[in-house]
Amino acid sequence: MQIFAETLLNGLMLGALYALFGLGLSLSLGVMGMINIAHGDLIVVGAYLTSVAMGLFGIDAIAALSLVIPAMFVIGWLMQQLLLNRVVGRGPLAPLLLTFGLSIVLQNLLQEIFTADTRSLQAGDLAQLGVNISGVSIGVLPLLSMLVSIALLGATHWLIGHTHFGRQARAVSDDPDTARLVGVNDRRFFALVTGFIFATIGIAAVLYAVRTPFSPTAGPERLLYSFESVVLGGLGNIWGTLVGGLVIGVAQLFGAKISSGLGPFFGHLVFLVVLLARPRGLFGRAVP
Amino acid sequence: MLSTERLCACYGMFQALFDVSFAIGPGEVVALIGANGAGKSTLLRAIVGSVPVPASAVRLDGAAIGGRSEIVQLGSGIALVPEGRRLFPSLTVEENLQLAAHNGRDGPWTVARLYGELPALEALKARPATALSGGQQQLVAVGRALVSNPAYLLCDEVSLGLSPVAVDAVYGLLAAVRRDGIAIVLVEQNVRRALASSVRYYCMQKGRVVLEGQSGNADYARVSAAYFGI
Repeated sequence: MQIFAETLLNGLMLGALYALFGLGLSLSLGVMGMINIAHGDLIVVGAYLTSVAMGLFGIDAIAALSLVIPAMFVIGWLMQQLLLNRVVGRGPLAPLLLTFGLSIVLQNLLQEIFTADTRSLQAGDLAQLGVNISGVSIGVLPLLSMLVSIALLGATHWLIGHTHFGRQARAVSDDPDTARLVGVNDRRFFALVTGFIFATIGIAAVLYAVRTPFSPTAGPERLLYSFESVVLGGLGNIWGTLVGGLVIGVAQLFGAKISSGLGPFFGHLVFLVVLLARPRGLFGRAVP
Repeated sequence: MLSTERLCACYGMFQALFDVSFAIGPGEVVALIGANGAGKSTLLRAIVGSVPVPASAVRLDGAAIGGRSEIVQLGSGIALVPEGRRLFPSLTVEENLQLAAHNGRDGPWTVARLYGELPALEALKARPATALSGGQQQLVAVGRALVSNPAYLLCDEVSLGLSPVAVDAVYGLLAAVRRDGIAIVLVEQNVRRALASSVRYYCMQKGRVVLEGQSGNADYARVSAAYFGI
């Protein structure tokens, strides 16, 4: 029973991180109709940036966030302005090809600069702390990471629902041509959105890197889990992405309990079974 | 004065407008009459920047403003009510209006003023915009362009498919707009309504202006002939 509860809790905490991975994908798909294949690699880039910032300034991972978040925002803004805006709105294939190429370039750049060795980030004293709830022990760091993920998903949901930023996002998503008629500068807005997405990637990267060692080729697997969270939850639904991430995380950890190498496999299995039963995902809207 | 000078516009290989010279003065109401495919919508879209045209083809108070983006044109005070209303379904009535008000110019038309003119709309403000009736949606579409405080309001087929009562409501709103000194271009299929509501008219056929004049002394037979091309 205790093992069951521990596995469940750890799965939920891991799953919340997957949901945070998925948030950026969900936004770029929802607002720009674009899938970023390099999403996972950008998470790894964020992890390396953090590692570099920690080394340069002698700060811990949490403090490094204050540098990594703005840096990632600027990288995202520039990438959209200089690169992605050239392909957005031209059907699904062009962005897929471009970001697929970007993914390969990023992986090789990281390998060139940082070698293929695995790295990990030290979270300092936080990593050692744990709380004990009626016999079930939980790490403080994963717990904090889950709370941050949920808070970010909630904040984004609020932003989309209640601000000018969100109204622009929904309008562009509904009808980009008409959005221009009411003064939404879609290209400039997309740069802002991608900056925002990259900032969330920066946060996700730190939360990921303090719990799992990473290497330049770790990106595609992160992309896969992000995708599974988004699709499982149903496209265009942020809370759906959270539930999707939680389901994948729990399935992976229970799978790993059955046999240590089978974690991701069980995640994929649950993903497939759910999609067979509900092709639009758990909370997907019906396509009119 | 907003004008086009020998304006030509193409969609790819297809030329939709041929040497269209059109003008509307401040506060004026001009009707644009013509059958389907005559190029009325294309003319409006060329003016607001949705169809690429040379800079000198569109002029605002003498300055060449053709080919600028919709966003720049909106900032210069030219707003389009697109054909088919094109409200954002993911936004409520109020959000549709707020979005345009935020991105537009400052001026007398605010969301609150619009509700003042149309109290029925305020009661529906929390509804998804496309959940309204056609007439109410059309009022929101006109309102959405209006709260950006244009000097020139271009209305594309604002009465198409509406009940007579709903058409009256839309024209009632346009009358209030006109009293504020905002110039209106009316693209209208209903020739009598168009002539009755305007000062001048242009009649278009196959991408060309074939007839123009004062609406008050328009010869209905000649307009019909130009309309149908017979």
